[in-house]
Amino acid sequence: MADIKNFTNGLIKNNPTFVQVLGICPTLATTTSAKNALGMGLATLFALLLSNIVISLIRKIVPENVRIPIYIVVIASFVTVIDLLMHGFLPELWESLGIFIPLIVVNCIIMGRAEAFASKNGVVDSIFDALGNGLGFTGALFLVGSVRELIGNGSILGINVWGNTFKIPLLILAPGAFLTLGMLLAMFNTIGNAKKNQKKKAGAKK
Amino acid sequence: MNLVLLFISAALINNVLLSRFLGECPFLGISKSKDSAIGMGLAVIFVITLSGAITWFLNELLVFLGLEYLQTIVFILIIAVLVQFVELFLKKTSPSLYEALGIYLPLITTNCAILGMSLLNIRENYNFIEALINSFGSGCGFALALIIFSAIREKMQLNDVPKAFEGTALALVTVGLLSLAFMGFSGLV
Repeated sequence: MADIKNFTNGLIKNNPTFVQVLGICPTLATTTSAKNALGMGLATLFALLLSNIVISLIRKIVPENVRIPIYIVVIASFVTVIDLLMHGFLPELWESLGIFIPLIVVNCIIMGRAEAFASKNGVVDSIFDALGNGLGFTGALFLVGSVRELIGNGSILGINVWGNTFKIPLLILAPGAFLTLGMLLAMFNTIGNAKKNQKKKAGAKK
Repeated sequence: MNLVLLFISAALINNVLLSRFLGECPFLGISKSKDSAIGMGLAVIFVITLSGAITWFLNELLVFLGLEYLQTIVFILIIAVLVQFVELFLKKTSPSLYEALGIYLPLITTNCAILGMSLLNIRENYNFIEALINSFGSGCGFALALIIFSAIREKMQLNDVPKAFEGTALALVTVGLLSLAFMGFSGLV
């Protein structure tokens, strides 16, 4: 049964970046600007969507023992397609994302969703799951990218916000990636903890 | 002399973990104890050098056949096969090394540093020796960063940290500081 829960589960409750902490390499490497982050997120979303659809379609004919290599070939084929398309139509973005486009193959989110969800559920559910997780990942990347670009360069998506008046260029360099993600994770932990406490209190009152 | 510079830049300046952002998953996952960090580090040095060499030859073959677009698929399959093969080979020939590396080897297939360095070698147009040195250097850099970080993390386990920072958040901030320290190496070359 198609269920909207599959969508929201990946998007918020089990967000691949902030809750499950998967796919950290692209999250750190491609978030130097909001635009790169968005491009990477969408490329991953398409790879995830297509591979989830195919894997859920072939789930009944794939022998149990060789499923992992088959999943890898499916994912790698779609990533190659996306790589070639981006090279053709978005050469600038392709250039700045560099080897991280072919590296979508080893992004643990895609393999994780294939193994944990698409191999056990129908096509419609798998599409919802892929959209939820893919958009969750894209949103997280966009958030990290925006924060880094805003504080590091004073702009978001290339649009000037406060320009040169306040800038910490370190955030665009390598250490900034780790620091920003660490801080954002701590922020979401705080929100999560507060919600849990609220629920506990509400439960105690009843 | 150039090769020495290449090694230093691969290991320290462009450290795979701290400045190229490759292989973060095992870095955050396996760095909780120093012993497993050493095991993982050695396994990565071994496999990354081997796969760097093999993928270089494979790429020549693909270019010869005019099939460069198959790079990603071929490389990831070769790496997966290679890891399995190394595991079987070590089990037969050197049980003690197998004991030490054993559980970390299968995890390496999904380590993006291996595929990443193979692709980088080719994008940078390195010749065979340069590719070998570059792969070996980055493997050493991976091991170095992993071992340093695990030592820091072992100390941190006993500390009292704010609740929000428990776990990965604090680890990431620590890596950020470590990465800041490694930026100092950029003055070396």
